[in-house]
Amino acid sequence: MAGSTPASPTVEALAGGGPARPVARPGTEAWRRFRRHRLALAGAVILGVIVVAVLFGPWIWPVAINDIDFGARLKPPSAAHPFGTDDLGQDLLARMLYGGRISIAVGIAAMLIAIGVGVVVGAIAGISRGSVDAVLMWATDLFLSLPQLPVLLLVIYLFRDSLKSVVGPEMGVFILIVVVIGGFRWMPVARLVRAQFLSLREKEFVEAARALGASTPRLVVRHILPNSLGPVIVAGTIDVAAAIIAESTLSFLGLGFPPDIPTWGRILYDAKDYLDVAPHWALFPGTFIFLTVLSINYLGDGLRDALDPRKVM
Amino acid sequence: MGQYLVRRLLIAIPSLVGISVILFAVLALAPGDPFEELATNPNVPAEVRENLRAKFGLDDPVAVRYVRWFGAMLQGDWGFSFASRVDVDTLILQRLPTTLAVIGLSQVLALSIAIPVGVFAATRPYSIFDQLANTLAFVGFSLPTFFTGILFILVFSITLDWLPFVYRADIAETGWRWWWVHFQQSIMPIAVLGLFQGASWTRYVRSAVLDVIRLDYVTTARAKGLSERAVVVKHALRNALIPVVTLVALQLPTVFGGAIVTEQIFRVPGIGSLLISAILANDTPVIMAVTFVFSCLVIAFNLVADILYGWLDPRIAYR
Repeated sequence: MAGSTPASPTVEALAGGGPARPVARPGTEAWRRFRRHRLALAGAVILGVIVVAVLFGPWIWPVAINDIDFGARLKPPSAAHPFGTDDLGQDLLARMLYGGRISIAVGIAAMLIAIGVGVVVGAIAGISRGSVDAVLMWATDLFLSLPQLPVLLLVIYLFRDSLKSVVGPEMGVFILIVVVIGGFRWMPVARLVRAQFLSLREKEFVEAARALGASTPRLVVRHILPNSLGPVIVAGTIDVAAAIIAESTLSFLGLGFPPDIPTWGRILYDAKDYLDVAPHWALFPGTFIFLTVLSINYLGDGLRDALDPRKVM
Repeated sequence: MGQYLVRRLLIAIPSLVGISVILFAVLALAPGDPFEELATNPNVPAEVRENLRAKFGLDDPVAVRYVRWFGAMLQGDWGFSFASRVDVDTLILQRLPTTLAVIGLSQVLALSIAIPVGVFAATRPYSIFDQLANTLAFVGFSLPTFFTGILFILVFSITLDWLPFVYRADIAETGWRWWWVHFQQSIMPIAVLGLFQGASWTRYVRSAVLDVIRLDYVTTARAKGLSERAVVVKHALRNALIPVVTLVALQLPTVFGGAIVTEQIFRVPGIGSLLISAILANDTPVIMAVTFVFSCLVIAFNLVADILYGWLDPRIAYR
């Protein structure tokens, strides 16, 4: 490529005026933009550490989460219990590691549901004109104006007992929470995807594909959808944070997971009556929820910079 | 403007109906039967059960039951609380003012943080102030309300012992003392909600002002010699607020969620804590009614947002 005329002034500007280098592939380019957002990088590192810790921590710190020791009630952090203990003398580090797995699993699973429903609704609305589009968007707006937490609580109240009896308490609550949180977070994704579809379906490459005889499903799946995924990935990242907050909120209100499953919100709920004698008990889960959510939000911000080609940095 | 208002009101009706359909569908799909207890009780003969079902219309088609339920909801006939033996509507009317006061004041606090900070940051993009405000905003909306509430209690009630952490509705004081005690106990719930909302709105205001401030008409306003203050406040801000109003209206369901959490932490006797205690007591009529009230509030505030729209951008009202 050396000596050839640059495609446009932008390309040269992006190369930083340094020695000529081949035009970067989209992935490399996105990574370069992402790297410039230092806080996003920090967020990714912190999130990675938390995820690795909750995944592998229980092997390195093999203390049972329900080991009751009344001799060590409400102890502040020490060598034997790095995060202290709760009112039954249970080790908080072990409980936090276990709860982190659930919180993050709920976040990711709920995000996948939200993205799945959102992409399907948005794609159908975006590719079909007229009444189908209007009805789907009306439904989207309707769901957006539902008060989420009250309806969430209503659904959990009405369905939890019967689901528990079918698939067992842990799995039942997990499925219910994931489906309900995911089911109330697809609307922004649907709107994003529809907006992307509306502009992409008029583009030349789509027209070219249509001229070559591609069917509408093929157009959507092979040509339009891959090009509209950038904003969806950003929204999905933020959705993980929102789902973690939603799950913690439910557990904090005492209406999420049962007491023997110590999610971060549940630990906080149990700790809130002992704030004066054992503040560490509330501070650790709260700080970890906060750190996780903050890292994910910064990560999403960095991904927005990286994946949104309109914003050239 | 009058015609615009009527049109917005007419648009609100289908959303109200749609939301009530969703709520009723959830209730109707839920497993379990209000007469389950009678069905398992061997002392109740089958024909008595059938008669009761017929009397309450439980065997009618879903559509008929929905129309009957929605009609009763609209007429304020919300049923009878199982747990506290009071009509649901009196229970809710007792507690609604507290919730509205807490939410309203926290929104005022949020706006009085978000607008000045957002505008100041946007007029000096990438300055130290802008970066600081941005970081604080990120931290602010990443802190879940339940954790902020607990931190506030830990710092201001337990460590410093400045503020009470349980909200009391029955205060014996009168006159100025009464207002003072109420003010003291409301600071933390309002601050928790207001700071959270303020943090996310600061970012909206900043990016909206940043979009507007580069436009030609702002340059024109500067060129004709207006002071910077007049340019920003009268020309840039008013237009920048239009997208902000949309985002604020979209966030309202989240605000109500936050209100439930704060009411629960500080034991504020509003409809949010009523909802939680009703769920813990299996009090279905109260749960349905509170959810319905929250939905109506969201629609009502969306209407307010529409009216604000018309005021901010007269073109919308006359279209």
